[in-house]
Amino acid sequence: MLTVRLYMLQRITALLMAPLVLGHLAVMIYAVQGGLSAAEILGRTQGSIAWLLFYGGFVIAVSVHAAIGLRVIVHETLGLKGTLLEVITWAVAAGLLGFGLRAVMAVTVS
Amino acid sequence: MIRPHRSHPLWYAFILHRISGLVLALFLPVHFYMLALALTAPERLDGLFVWSEMFIVKVAEFGLVFLLAVHMFGGLRLMAMEWLPWSDSQKSLAAGAAAVALLISGVFFLRAI
Repeated sequence: MLTVRLYMLQRITALLMAPLVLGHLAVMIYAVQGGLSAAEILGRTQGSIAWLLFYGGFVIAVSVHAAIGLRVIVHETLGLKGTLLEVITWAVAAGLLGFGLRAVMAVTVS
Repeated sequence: MIRPHRSHPLWYAFILHRISGLVLALFLPVHFYMLALALTAPERLDGLFVWSEMFIVKVAEFGLVFLLAVHMFGGLRLMAMEWLPWSDSQKSLAAGAAAVALLISGVFFLRAI
């Protein structure tokens, strides 16, 4: 249930995210020192175009990547296919994209 | 009886990649919900951060950081296997991916506690 297009999309989003994940790991190790606080995170991210683009791009890529990954698991484990599988794939992608972009906007724009 | 292919080290690499991807995908909505609180209810976000000072939560965070790192390094190994000329050291590369992920998540944990 993985077309060539979905296969390529999965690999392209993975390659795009590799440096983003490394950056995110570095940010987490830096930020967790001394405990987390909303003020500290917002102080770093609010009004920053760079963080908006970094995490905005991350959310778009991970929404596509996770939706395709879950599609493979759902098909192979539960045997779902056809329209239901398409609906689940698109719902996961749209849900993650919506929630993710809202979260990015919350910490960068507001 | 364990089927023969399931005793191969690279089967463990496959199952680790699948489970880490699944857990990360399930964690994402929680992660996004928490961050969106910065917009709607910042005091509740700080309330959750107080909760994150608990040792057991730090252990869970360590686990998530390990899963993220091992999913990325394991995924890079997978793409190298698919697209680059064949290498005989697949088992070593898979072990290396897990080792580097453990190192990164270990550094995170030591900084967190």
